[in-house]
Amino acid sequence: MKFIDEYRSEADTRKFVQAIQKTVTRPWTLMEICGGQTHTIIKFGIDRLLPEEITLVHGPGCPVCVTPLELIDKALAIARRPEVIFTSFGDMLRVPGSETDLLSVKAQGGDVRMVYSPLDAVKLAQKHPDREVVFFAVGFETTAPANAMAVWQARQMGLKNFSILCSHVLVPPAMEAILGSPHNLVQGFLAAGHVCAVMGYWEYEPIVEKYRVPIVVTGFEPLDLLQGIYMTVKALEEGRAELENQYVRAVTREGNVPAQKLVKQVFQVCDRQWRGIGLIPNSGYCLRPEFAEFDAAQRFEVTGITAEESPVCIAGEIMQGLKKPHQCPVFGTECTPEHPVGAPMVSAEGACAAYYQYGRK
Amino acid sequence: MCLGVPGKVVEIQENPLGMTMGKVDFSGIVKEVCLAYTPDVQVGDYVVVHVGFAISKIDEEEAHQVFEYLKEMEELAELDIDQPE
Ligand code: SF4
Repeated sequence: MKFIDEYRSEADTRKFVQAIQKTVTRPWTLMEICGGQTHTIIKFGIDRLLPEEITLVHGPGCPVCVTPLELIDKALAIARRPEVIFTSFGDMLRVPGSETDLLSVKAQGGDVRMVYSPLDAVKLAQKHPDREVVFFAVGFETTAPANAMAVWQARQMGLKNFSILCSHVLVPPAMEAILGSPHNLVQGFLAAGHVCAVMGYWEYEPIVEKYRVPIVVTGFEPLDLLQGIYMTVKALEEGRAELENQYVRAVTREGNVPAQKLVKQVFQVCDRQWRGIGLIPNSGYCLRPEFAEFDAAQRFEVTGITAEESPVCIAGEIMQGLKKPHQCPVFGTECTPEHPVGAPMVSAEGACAAYYQYGRK
Repeated sequence: MCLGVPGKVVEIQENPLGMTMGKVDFSGIVKEVCLAYTPDVQVGDYVVVHVGFAISKIDEEEAHQVFEYLKEMEELAELDIDQPE
């Protein structure tokens, strides 16, 4: 397929690997932010092709992984209500809450439905005026324009039975949280290409300045990742802390301006809890007061949430680049995709799921 | 969830609420996609689609950049062109 196959060429892969080998002289730790990139790296064995000086650690860019437990418990409570049709992206359905997950609620009779786009949830609300349709609006900047449009459309249509349970997260504050930690190991970042397709990459300029780290906006195919790694390593070896764009075919400095505009109209920046990591200031979006009527957290009162995390799961350390999935004591034993203990074992973007799926031990 | 997939725009229409929708072909699978955020796209253009929304048009000229970069590296002899096997 065009714009996919050509970026998987083996001969070109070898050329980039060779170039990286020739450039690297000492150990470097790089982090890819996005879980989609983590999967490409593990699936194509890119980490194994690289010289041993280079360590790739896997970032927090897995929306399913960082959605706070309290909110998943809240989602479960709302989904159990008889008047509710609870809609969500497929990935969220199997994420373990404190006691159960959305699929189990569905099995017990809850009306839980998977949707491909948030607009599908709006359509459902239109079709079932006698039911309350709730959409689980999680994700990074990439998903925000879609969720903003769903809310906007619901308002245009005058829908009174549509709401979102919102847990949007933002990449730049998470990068700052990682870089600002005294335990930080990350020396260079591959920034998430599709987040930047929406937001542009000007937001990273102050981070490069402040922390003196190279950041390369990187795409999702093997050649994209290898070029991104090469550019980051070259910058590190040359002592340059610069912001560069590898993913020029889809990303501009200013990003998608119409999308940013609607996102700003519907959402505002707020503090956000990240599962496994904790509170990061100004790291999320919530609905603006003008759209409060679409806020499921306000519409449905939920009490008695305890939010108890599994004590063995080390997801937080993994997402901050301090540990790798196979260092978790229950990886592949008690924790598998069939019986996930923590969120990163569930999602198509979770690092633990990637390691498990591609047989990393 | 952040996986954007490239596909080819095969149809564009306005929906009754004034939101541009369209059909995008992903290697034979055609899906309905919201094109409101990529107002300049034409039929035949490639877009990156994420949860049913085109978030970016793929720039066909810039798409060669990776390969040009490789070529430049070869010319600068940063690579030994020992093609194994
Ligand atoms: S293997 Fe399971 S328990 Fe361990 S860190 Fe990953 S998700 Fe958590």
